[in-house]
Order: sequence, then structure tokens, then C-alpha cells
Amino acid sequence: MAEPPFGLLAELTHRCPLRCGYCSNPLELVRRDAELSTAEWWDVFDQARELGVLQFHLSGGEPLARKDLPELVGHASGLGAYVNLVTSGLGLTAGRLAELAVDHVQLSVQDADPANADRIAGVKGFAHKPAAARVVKEAGLPLTVNVVLHRQNLDHLADIVALAEDMGADRLELANTQYYGWALRNQAALLPTRTQLRQAEDVVREAKSRSRMEIVYVIADYHEAHPKPCMHGWGARQLTVAPNGDVLPCPAATVIEGLGIENVKSRPLREIWHDSVSFNAFRGFDWMGEPCRGCPRREVDFGGCRCQAFQLTGNAANTDPVCSLSPHRGLVDLVLRRPAADALAPREVAR
Amino acid sequence: MSDLFTTPRLGKGVKTAYDQTRDSHVVLFPEGVLVLNETAAAVVGMCDGRTTIAQMAEKLAEDFDGVRVDDVAELVTRLIARRVVVTDG
Repeated sequence: MAEPPFGLLAELTHRCPLRCGYCSNPLELVRRDAELSTAEWWDVFDQARELGVLQFHLSGGEPLARKDLPELVGHASGLGAYVNLVTSGLGLTAGRLAELAVDHVQLSVQDADPANADRIAGVKGFAHKPAAARVVKEAGLPLTVNVVLHRQNLDHLADIVALAEDMGADRLELANTQYYGWALRNQAALLPTRTQLRQAEDVVREAKSRSRMEIVYVIADYHEAHPKPCMHGWGARQLTVAPNGDVLPCPAATVIEGLGIENVKSRPLREIWHDSVSFNAFRGFDWMGEPCRGCPRREVDFGGCRCQAFQLTGNAANTDPVCSLSPHRGLVDLVLRRPAADALAPREVAR
Repeated sequence: MSDLFTTPRLGKGVKTAYDQTRDSHVVLFPEGVLVLNETAAAVVGMCDGRTTIAQMAEKLAEDFDGVRVDDVAELVTRLIARRVVVTDG
């Protein structure tokens, strides 16, 4: 039997005030009238805690778009789990935060340059960010600033680090864009150059050596020789519940056709985690073919990302084509050789 | 390795809990969970900002056999690396 999960990513809603061009949510968003109700989310949290979940990441979209967020947070917190609020900061006032029994806040920042940040976000949102950070700090909560990196902001990385320090962040996550959902559509405008990445690595190294912040850097996998250890193994540590109650082994898993995704409304979470076809499809190592099957790195990267394998090769059981050992690596190199674009299409919004 | 006279305490935003599912004490922190064995749970429980590592080892020796102060110091060093535990200065 599989080990119990540690974390639940609860995508409470797909509604969001931002329209980020790098959004990795699926192209087809869940509409407001299809979202789980307050009571249904409570039931999901109860079942998740019972199953062994210790961390609730309340995300979206923008979780503050849910009017019942205080009730949702209160319920999760009452179960003794760690509650992490993942927010754009838009709408996060001292009054609203005071109603939320969260343990930690993760705030997204698009860039340190206000005009460019607003361009990337597709709306005028930058001015809210320092205010939101202040509210979190004044509440005495730990703050993580999360920045998705790409061609359009990598050159400002040193300023981004300085901004996070000014905001009083305890942690800074610098995550190169992953190409799922809307981000894949904008790939030509988001893919960084090798020079940008080399310079970014220098900035990160220097910042890590002197900053009091904990700095986490997520690599740009297309430019690497080995894939990212996606989800630390399929169905191993975390599960995602989408706004409509779909239960996903990884947040991007809706792209894999024929996966057999199940919903909390029709089957208990425990059964979905342990027994469902979708969660067992790529669990462990038995599903692997070559070159993964005999590779010592399979315990390190688990064959990479199943969604990426599906998106680029049409078969989710293939080695992640990012891997230099994959017979499909040429597909990634082809993408890297494509001409860059400047225009970022703003995310279509959920209603 | 941590100095034996440092007085570690839990980091900001770090919570401890008992998890029935895993029948273990756990430490919860931003983006992470540590499942603790019995001795580690006892050490984390003494990270109150007043107890030195030397005192922790002494206390532990009352309940467990074969406690070495170096092992306690090494455990605290590992907890510091994960930012679960902090020391002043």
C-alpha cells in the first residue's frame, strides 16, 4: 500500500484578479458555479487529514476570491494541520488576514519593476504587493515570496531579491516557468536564453551566500540534462483537489488524456489515493520503460514529469523528454531553437 | 557541529504536532514536514531557547540508553540546516 500523503494542494477557485501570462492552470478553467461548496471543502479537508495530510496549501486562482475563506481556513486549522495561504496579495488587507487562521503566507511577485510586473500580470497589481507583505509581517506570520522566472523578468533578478528582502520575506522561491496550461501557450515569450540563466545562477549564488532569507531556486528544466523530480514521485507525497473536486496526482495532470481522473463527490479521497487507476498509473518504478528502468537516477528524478512526457511525446509513460538519455530529447531542443516572441498573451479569466 | 552551550528554539512559523496516521511526532514548517523518531521528538520538545544542548543530552540520558552529547549536537545542526530550529547569534 502507498505511503500516506503529506500535503494537499487545495485549488479553492480558478477565479483570480491577475491574468499572468505564465499561469500554469489548465486552459479550460472551472467556473464559479462548478466550484465545491463550503461544506464539500470541509469534507475534503476532514478526509485528507484522516488520510494523513499534515499540510494544507490553500491556493487557486486567488483563494481570497472565496467569500467563505475564513470558514475554510478555520476548518483546516482546527484539524491541527499546517495551513499555507498561497495568494497574489490583491485583496489581502489586515482586516481580512485577521479572520484567517493561517500558519504561513506565500505571496506571488511578478517582477521588481512596477510597470513590467503589471505587464506580466496583465493588470495593475504591483502596488498591492508591498502592502500585502506588510500586512503579513505585522501579523507576525512567516512570509514566502514566490517569483515565477522567465525571459521577461530574469534580467531583473538582483532587484527581485532586493525587493523580497525589503518586504521582509523569510523565504524566497525563485521558480523558472514550467510549461503547462496557459504558460505552454506563451512558451516562445517565456523561454529564457542561456545567458539569462547563467547570470541568474550567479545572482542566486551570491544572494544565498549573504542573505538571511532562505532562497530556493527551481531550475529551468528545458535547459538541463536531467529532468526535475516531479512531485517527488507520482502519488507519493502530495495530491491536488481542483476547484470542482477533481483529485489530481499533480496540478497539471488534467493534460494527460485518458488518465481516468476521479472526483471527491463520487469516491472517498482515501480510495482515490490508494486504489484509483489515476494515482497508481505511474506510482513506484514498475511502469517505467527504458532508459528509466535501468537508470540509477530513477530514484532521484522518478523519470521526470509525466505531464511533460505526454505533452511533448504523446505518451505519459515515456521518459521526460528533457532528459538527455530520452530518445525524444530532440523535441525539447527543437523548442529551444524556435525564435523568441515578445508579446505575452494575458490569461483568460474564470467566471 | 553546534556548540554545546547554545540554546536552540523552534524557528518562526514552525509547529509541532502528533500525527495519529504515522503514530509519530512531526514538525510542520513552511513547505515541509519532518517525521520524528522518539529521541528527535524529545530534543525538539526541549528547543525552548533556554535549554543548552549539554542539558538536553543530560535530560535524554534519564529516559534513553546510550545518549551521546555529540549525537544531540549533530541532530540540532541538522534541524538548523532545515530551518526548523534557530539559535541566536
